[in-house]
Amino acid sequence: MARFIAKRVLLGLITLWLLSVLIFLLAQVLPGDVGRRILGPFADQKAVDALNHELGTDRSLLAQYGDWIGGFVTGDMGESLAFRRPVDDVIGPALVNSAKLALLAFVIVVPLAIVGGVYAALKEGRPADRVISVGGISATAIPEFVWAVVLILVFALTLDLLPVTAQAPPESGFFTQLKYLLLPALCLVFVLFGYISRMARAGTIESLDSDYTRTAIIKGLPRRTVIRRHVLRNSLLPTIAVVATQIGYLIGGLVVIEVIFNYNGIGQALFDGLQQKDFPLLQSTVLIVGIVYLVATLLADILYSLLNPRLRLGAAE
Amino acid sequence: MDPQQPAGAGPGTATVTAPPEIPARADEARQARREQFRLLWRSKTFIAGALILGFWVICAIFGEVIAPDDPFATDPLNDLAAPSGDHWFGTDRLGRDVLSRVIVGAQDILIVAPLATLLGTALGTVLGLLTGYFRGAVDDVLSRIIDAFLALPVIIVGLMAIVALGPSNVTVIFVIGLVFAPVIARTVRAAVLTEREFEYVAAARLRNEHTAYIMFAEILPNVSGPILVEFTVRLGYAIFTIATLSFLGLGIQPPAPDWGVQIFEQYGLISGGYWWPVLFPALAIASLVVAVNLMADGVTQAFERG
Repeated sequence: MARFIAKRVLLGLITLWLLSVLIFLLAQVLPGDVGRRILGPFADQKAVDALNHELGTDRSLLAQYGDWIGGFVTGDMGESLAFRRPVDDVIGPALVNSAKLALLAFVIVVPLAIVGGVYAALKEGRPADRVISVGGISATAIPEFVWAVVLILVFALTLDLLPVTAQAPPESGFFTQLKYLLLPALCLVFVLFGYISRMARAGTIESLDSDYTRTAIIKGLPRRTVIRRHVLRNSLLPTIAVVATQIGYLIGGLVVIEVIFNYNGIGQALFDGLQQKDFPLLQSTVLIVGIVYLVATLLADILYSLLNPRLRLGAAE
Repeated sequence: MDPQQPAGAGPGTATVTAPPEIPARADEARQARREQFRLLWRSKTFIAGALILGFWVICAIFGEVIAPDDPFATDPLNDLAAPSGDHWFGTDRLGRDVLSRVIVGAQDILIVAPLATLLGTALGTVLGLLTGYFRGAVDDVLSRIIDAFLALPVIIVGLMAIVALGPSNVTVIFVIGLVFAPVIARTVRAAVLTEREFEYVAAARLRNEHTAYIMFAEILPNVSGPILVEFTVRLGYAIFTIATLSFLGLGIQPPAPDWGVQIFEQYGLISGGYWWPVLFPALAIASLVVAVNLMADGVTQAFERG
């Protein structure tokens, strides 16, 4: 087991390194001349050169990359060009805010999707199954911003129940924050519901079909007991592990949701970084997004193999 | 056993050198494929999706003829008029007819999304065939790079690349195509890994066929099912992603009457009570993505059970 985990961590580190190179290329090399980008096409070449020298963007790519990674590892992510503050000061609170929003979305969607998926599986092929499956596909297919528009129109403007922005006034209590975060979280819930419920449905159908379930039924156990002890135990734990891999999609959705609801999170920071061509902010934000995703999938892999010894032994060879 | 045996494979034309198993297998495959299409046409979700998509395709092709007004004609005296007999969906902030803009708005997304998906599927298929067939070092290196790529949400990679290259329809096609390729490559690779163990691949190798011939003429036709599934599923994601990019101002560009662009330009107005320039394009996007995803669901069920 220790060897399996060590191997996964090592692979994760290699992926992380490749990811950092990829981000560096996207953020530094693709845009070309950084000084020219910031000052615009009509600026004097001397001013552009001076700015490039000040920013350090006239050095070799390898030196710039080493500088960025070295700083990132020691917690010094440089100065944000747009905010004129250290990047970690901008990213820190943004991460906390996004985590709150993501957590609320997960707390709502995970139980809902699992119950929906398991119920659909138990009613496989019947109308209830079709409604949940088609409804799930549709909810997932519709982009977050479309959900946001519809939900804002209904709950904020027509019914006047919830606020249009997500940013609660400073120092507000738990329930006020919850009220502000509910609409944006719901948009994410819709998009995540389809995928998770489909996994739960597929897992449940598979274990309903299995030999151990048939044995349990033939043994004469009541249906309730069979489902609780044999079916769900085998189908749900892998589903929960799969949920972790959804974090990547979630962060993509956060960009849009935070922009619409004007919420000060990691997605908004990323979008600001893009629009203002604030490359120090952009690079580090995107790398953090990648790290969050890789750690989540790594944990999901380990959790999954802990729950499934066959896979653990097979993959460790 | 098979009454629909094609002419040319009958007993009269059979030659001594032709091994009998190969035509039989090809026929079975063809039969299976026909069965899959029959299953597809019986799927209610697929038909429902196809009908909605058909409606939008007609709007995209004949939009200018169907639309009651010129979608670009501004009318400053009549801006933000509520839905009425003159303008069923009302007018937007420049007085343009929202109904006409919704109808013609199908054009850009229905050109950009399929082209991007096609590009991604072609690249992904080649990448998947290479990694799956060669395995070893090629596979290890490419798979690591693909993993690194997939660690970032598609929308974030897309945003970064488009900001760097400057937004336009062509940029969107290339960026989305490139971003989707690794995902498709992963699916194709998995299919090729099982396929390459079959005897027909070993036989082709013994016949001394070119590696490229084995990959594209022998293996590719046998993994076409998963590729077709992947294409329809990705098309839904492409519409989702491109609409989102347009909404963030980095996809299709104004003044195109694209739905995402319309929402991007006017969603600030909804808190003032002007819901119609935003809600109607939103419903149009919703109906299109749901339609494509229903079709993808039908295709998946027909081709993955077969």
